[in-house]
Amino acid sequence: MNPTWSRFNIASVVLGFAFLYLPIVILVIFSFNASRLVTVWGGFSTQWYVSLFSNQGFLDAAWVTIRVGLLSATVATILGTMAALALVRYTRFRGRILFSGMVFAPLVMPEVITGLSLLLLFVAAGMDRGFVTVTLAHITFTMCFVAVVVQSRLVSFDRSLEEAAMDLGATPVKTFFQVTLPVILPAIVSGWMLAFTLSLDDLVIASFASGPGATTLPMKIYSQVRLGVTPEINAACTMLIGVVAIGVIAASIANKRREVQRQRDEQAAQRG
Amino acid sequence: MADTTASNVEPSPRVENGGLIQAITSRLVIAVPYVWLLVFFLIPFFIVFKISLSQTAIAMPPYTPVAEGVSDFFGKIGQFSFDNYLWLTEDPLYYRAYLRSLEIAGISTFFTLLIGYPIAYGMARAPASLRPTLLMLVILPFWTSFLIRVYAWIGILKPEGLLNQFLMSLNIIDTPLIILNTDTAIYIGIVYSYLPFMVLPLYSSLEKMDYTLVEAANDLGCPPLRAFWKITFPLSLPGVVAGCLLVFIPAVGEFVIPDLLGGKETLMIGKTLWNEFFANRDWPVSSAVAIILLLLLVVPIMFFQHYQAKSQEAGR
Repeated sequence: MNPTWSRFNIASVVLGFAFLYLPIVILVIFSFNASRLVTVWGGFSTQWYVSLFSNQGFLDAAWVTIRVGLLSATVATILGTMAALALVRYTRFRGRILFSGMVFAPLVMPEVITGLSLLLLFVAAGMDRGFVTVTLAHITFTMCFVAVVVQSRLVSFDRSLEEAAMDLGATPVKTFFQVTLPVILPAIVSGWMLAFTLSLDDLVIASFASGPGATTLPMKIYSQVRLGVTPEINAACTMLIGVVAIGVIAASIANKRREVQRQRDEQAAQRG
Repeated sequence: MADTTASNVEPSPRVENGGLIQAITSRLVIAVPYVWLLVFFLIPFFIVFKISLSQTAIAMPPYTPVAEGVSDFFGKIGQFSFDNYLWLTEDPLYYRAYLRSLEIAGISTFFTLLIGYPIAYGMARAPASLRPTLLMLVILPFWTSFLIRVYAWIGILKPEGLLNQFLMSLNIIDTPLIILNTDTAIYIGIVYSYLPFMVLPLYSSLEKMDYTLVEAANDLGCPPLRAFWKITFPLSLPGVVAGCLLVFIPAVGEFVIPDLLGGKETLMIGKTLWNEFFANRDWPVSSAVAIILLLLLVVPIMFFQHYQAKSQEAGR
């Protein structure tokens, strides 16, 4: 059943998306501005990208950010998937309420609190702040996002598939890797991507957890923004947006293809 | 939760030697993330609490430790200093910052709901073939950096920025509006940045709704607006609650938006904490600020968790 899509509905969706996207579009356009003034158009130019690539500080920060992102997203995906399995599959174990609390609370916890508390932990443990501490901090807050994404897929999972596999003699571990994992894989992949982008974008937690020598790109951008708006920052932001957009679009295309393939397989199976 | 059976914890060994492996793996699946979160999420709060009770010192780290270890912690209760908390009550700066943060977060949440609801409603009523694309379009900005999205508004809201250029070229105004570095800019920043958090839960509860109920009401002569308040809105209430909590709680402790868009005189507690820590290097006071902020937010956070757990079970 498809209820009518009234003019009011269309207008609110169009205006809403305009509000969401216009600022980003403007930012991207002005990164190609020839003028040093960010808000006055002076012709098309890619000079800010050129000057960005000759800025060693930015390049170093970008490299740190990518390494932190790849490492933390991977560990966070493993831990987050385990947490999701624990929440959905094991409904009774000691301290489950505390556990689910610790999974959901970081989603809304103000970043300044998370950042401060992690910093004080690292200081208390006598750890030097730098690459390792930022990575640990990012694993901690992104694993909870992974857990929520994977959990929502696991909840709708048809467990009779697993039962069938086990009845046919597969061990539980084998069942997990051959039956469960392929089904929840799209959720795990989007969980990884979410963790990666959250790590790529984080300013507040990284500022607390990082030390000299491990400046991330958002920290670099923030320190530049405080000095004033420049087209170079627009260029840096545009590239960051570009990386994320390419990733998200690639993932959704891959997802769609897999879905089509799955439907074809199902039809083939039904035809026998 | 009612359908829980013991087999969830100790699965019956379908395969002869699989039982032991299964028992070990199930324990590992729970224990590894559990221990991780204990160490990196829960224990840090106790450290923050401990440091909030210590004295400020000019050293590295810049405080005098009150206790070493747990046993010592209880042994030295008499030496705890509540000076930092007293300090927070004596200086009006702090409680004003708390109140202002709650107020700004509350007002922004209201406006986010006001703007987000029609969007979510429009999306839910869109043709089914269009909905996945629309959903994708709401999620996409969520993947772009928070910092970048806030930064984008500086160029728009500046006195010589694009909004003023636009309005002046249309002769709507003849002197530039001062928006950047005011509270209005903070509201715009919060509404803009958190809008997807509001739209997503609203959309998911509106999409599941059975519209034949509204049709039935209309057929029986109920005017559309009344039908909305009597049927649609109450049914979308879980989405409203989740959306408001997802916006309100982080907005109270927001740092980036008041720092980049707000004025110097606007006090929000996240910014105060940041300044205490990075500018004044006063770790004990910033810890005390964090503990009070946490206490203020503990009720909404528990409510959020309760709601999450409930919706998770409903999906089962």
